[in-house]
Order: sequence, then structure tokens, then C-alpha cells
Amino acid sequence: MAAAPGKPASAQAATPSVMTRRGFLSTLGVAWTAFAAACAAGAVATTRFMFPNVLFEPPQQFKAGLPADFQTGTVDQRYKESFGVFIVRDEQGIYVLRAVCTHLGCTPNWLEAENKFKCPCHGSGFYRSGINYEGPAPRPLERYRIVLADDGQILIDKTKIFAQEKGEWSSPDSFLKV
Amino acid sequence: MIEALKHSVNWLSAPPRFFTITLAAFFVLLFPGELGPAWLRRLTRPLQTVYRPKVGGIVFAVLGVLFLASCFDPNFALIVLKPDNVPIAAMIFLVAFFVWFGLKEGRRNDALRAAEQPIIEKRESGDGKVMVWPDLVYTEFLCMILWTIFLIVWSICLKAPIEEPANPAKTPNPSKAPWYFLGLQEMLVYYDPWIAGVLLPGLIIVGLCAIPYIDKNPKGNGYFTFKERKPEIAIFLFGFVVLWVWLIIIGTFLRGPNQNFFGPFEYWDAHKLVPLINVDLSQIIWVKWMHTALPRNPILREIFGLTLVAAYFLALPPLLAKRWLKGYYEKLGPTRFHIMMFLGLTMLSLPIKMMLRWTLNMHYVVTVPEIFFNI
Ligand code: FES
Repeated sequence: MAAAPGKPASAQAATPSVMTRRGFLSTLGVAWTAFAAACAAGAVATTRFMFPNVLFEPPQQFKAGLPADFQTGTVDQRYKESFGVFIVRDEQGIYVLRAVCTHLGCTPNWLEAENKFKCPCHGSGFYRSGINYEGPAPRPLERYRIVLADDGQILIDKTKIFAQEKGEWSSPDSFLKV
Repeated sequence: MIEALKHSVNWLSAPPRFFTITLAAFFVLLFPGELGPAWLRRLTRPLQTVYRPKVGGIVFAVLGVLFLASCFDPNFALIVLKPDNVPIAAMIFLVAFFVWFGLKEGRRNDALRAAEQPIIEKRESGDGKVMVWPDLVYTEFLCMILWTIFLIVWSICLKAPIEEPANPAKTPNPSKAPWYFLGLQEMLVYYDPWIAGVLLPGLIIVGLCAIPYIDKNPKGNGYFTFKERKPEIAIFLFGFVVLWVWLIIIGTFLRGPNQNFFGPFEYWDAHKLVPLINVDLSQIIWVKWMHTALPRNPILREIFGLTLVAAYFLALPPLLAKRWLKGYYEKLGPTRFHIMMFLGLTMLSLPIKMMLRWTLNMHYVVTVPEIFFNI
């Protein structure tokens, strides 16, 4: 392989194993083709990896029980761990807050005594309504769609998000009147 | 008596006060007797003596004793002696010592040079050079052995802080990044994630890479000096000690539950109530000063903040070049000066924003939450 095409011919003329230009180029071609094929195979394998055979995804819609299960004036954390939501009931009705801080995505805590959500990561604070008022969070907590199912239970749909800064909290689906 | 002392330390360690003290101490100790009006120079000149080995040693000893004495306070001990915080406590002293040591050697060399005597490095080794073998390799080998022993003993004595299995629905309170990222986490309190997490760290790296191209002063290469590189040393130490190490220290020791600030002798009460209601600059100007509602149009609403930011980055550098930093401008030339100004002003924007947040509860200077744009 140690071909030296630039060397004067006299030095190597006796050895017949000198590589010709054509031979060198075709070896090079094979090598590069093999290399490109290996890279392509790697890329395919990586892409395949992105689509796992089994995917654990909790359902995006769930039933959260009857409206009567939620007391007026409480922030319910029963589905915080399983579905990542706070269910809040006030005088007018029920809304569902997404338990993801709008700053960088930590899970805020509900502090009953202080009557606020407080994020332990950088200290953002949110009112019971989800409006941000302390710390760096730039926007209020988001709300999920909430409707009544046919059997009278609350149905929470996490695929639809309502953002206050876009004026979406006035949408009827973001709030369940009871 | 002791209680009163603890209370005053707690009071002084509220961030705006603590930061002001740190800044003042930084400049006074870096340039004792050199900055400010004549009376201040006269007042701070005696501090030059801390760079004498004996005085410096006494200062460190006193600080160490104060630190150890503080460990008798249960609240202080609880935080400082936590296994993950022990290295940070050590870091305070290590950083202080090595900064002090470098400045001390630099000043000593400056004095020797002024007296037209050979500098320390020359004296110790004749031509300023030593052999790699055995001088360097032996030292390194010994250090490696000692350090390994030290690490083994440490890992046996202090338990690794391992917690319960991770659970996305349960964030520990307070949640803290690893210590070396606490500066970044602290920045995130004052800025949007895209600034504090992407732009500023990127600029720190770019800025560090740019140092050899901006700073073409060849002096100080291979020997200690202070006089020949004053601005360079001051700028670097400001970024490193005040804006990085200091942030790690407050992030470790003063940030408690809910990311509230606590004094070093204060109990970390998860229910501490701190009124922190944010205001944006647009609210202050439109609502408080002009008594009108916020305009609907985001550009109009944020016009003052946008002007302020633009003036800070675009109008300030030419002004500085014309007035206060004329000599520096001529030394660097326009391109390097403006790159330097951009990096420097970006760096300074952090303490400015921190102060605004601490004193006025300033949320954002420019805020357009609709498109995730907040400054
Ligand atoms: S993630 Fe909640 S405050 Fe930063």
C-alpha cells in the first residue's frame, strides 16, 4: 500500500509490486465506497433507533371522576404524579393546570399555606389561577382541555393546551362550569 | 451579643447588600490605594499590606477561625457540612488563596523590577527555565500519589449524596444543579432560558476563545506580574471570581427552599414568606408613570425596553470610545474594541439585571411572552 507515485522511477523500477495510478484509484474507490456504506448503515440504524418497538406513553386523555369529587376552593393533586396535572376548583368551576413550569419545565409544588404554586428550580411563583407573578417564568401555567363525558365524569384532554397570553383561557373548553 | 452578630451577618448577606460588599471588596483588594478620590486612596492604601505573606497569612487564619467558629451554629453547620457542600466551602478558601498568591507574586515581581533586580522566576532557576525531568515529572508524580490518597480518604469519610429514585412529578425543593453549574442556574433566575442557557454560556466560551485575539499584550508570559496587565487581570477576575465563583457560593449556601435567599445562620424554613411580586419595565413606565393601560401592540408596549437595550449595546460603545475609554480604544483599534465592548457589556448585563431584580423586582426589561422573547 505504501505507493509513492511521486518518487523517481529509478528507485523502485526493480520492484514489480509498485502500484499503478489506476490500481491506486480503484483501491481508493473501493475504500471510500465501503466507508460511505458503513456510515449510511450507521445512519439508518440511528434513525431506526428513534422509532422504538414499544413505547410507554400514558394516555393523553383520561377520566378524572365526577365534578362532585372536587371541593370548591381546593387544588387537587391526585393526578399530579400519574398525569402531571393540578385540578383546581373555584366558585365558578373547574380548570386543569399543566404541572410544568413555563420557565424551564420543572414540576412546581402547590403550597397550600402560601396559596401559590412555587417552582423549586429557579423560584417562579404562580397564583392559584396559574398566572405567573414571581421569579423568572415568562408566562402563566398552561391549561388543558376539560369537558364532561357522557357518563358525567370529567374528561381531561392533554392534547389541547390553552395559553393565557394568547387569550385562550376564555375558550369554553378550558374551563368546566359547575 | 453573638446572636446580634449572627443577625447582622444574615442581614448583610441579603443579595443586594452582599453583592455590593463583594464588588467593593473586589476592587479595593485588587487596587488598594489606587482607585477613587484622594481620601479613598488614602483610606485603602494600608490594605496593600495584605499582599505581604505574613499579613495575608494572618488574614486567612482569622477567616478560617471565624469559619470554624461559625460551625458551632446548628443552621450554619447543617448547610456547610453537608457532604456535597464541603468542597464548595473548601473552594472559597482555595480560590481566595490562589488569587491572593498570584497577585502577591505579581506585586513582588513588580517591586523587584522597579528596583532593577531579577524577578523571582529568574532567581529561582537562573535563566527562568527548569528541566522537565526530574523537576516537573517528579512533582507531578508526587502530587498524583498524594491526591489519590486524599480522594480515597475523602470518599470513605464523606458519603455520596444519593437520593431516592428520580420521579418527574416530584422535584426536590430546592432543586440544585451540580455545583459547577450553579452559576448557570443562578443566571436562569434572572433571564429567559434561551439567554441564560444558550446565549450567555455560548458567549462565555466564545469570549474565552477570543481572549488571545483581543488581548495582544505579550507581557506576563511565563512569569508573575500585576502592573503590566492590570486591566486584563481585573476583567478576567471580575468574570471569574465575582460572576462565577460568587454565584456558585450563593447558589450553594444562600439559596434555600423555593429558591428563597437565606442568611448563613438562618433556618431553612420552607414556608418563609418573601414578597416578590414582579413588575416588567413596560408596566412601570406605562401604568405607574403614565397612568395608562398597557398598549396592545407588543412593539409599542415594549418600546422603552427595546430602546434601552439598543442604546446599551449600540450607543454605549461609541460613547465610551469617545469619552471615558479613549486610550483603550486607541490601543485596541476599532474592531477589537467593539468586540471587546460587546462581550464586556454582555457580561455586565448580568449584575445589572440581578440588581434590578433584587431591588425593584424587575421581571423583564423587554417582554414579549407571545414569542418567547424576554430580556
Ligand atoms: S423551571 Fe420553574 S422556575 Fe425555572
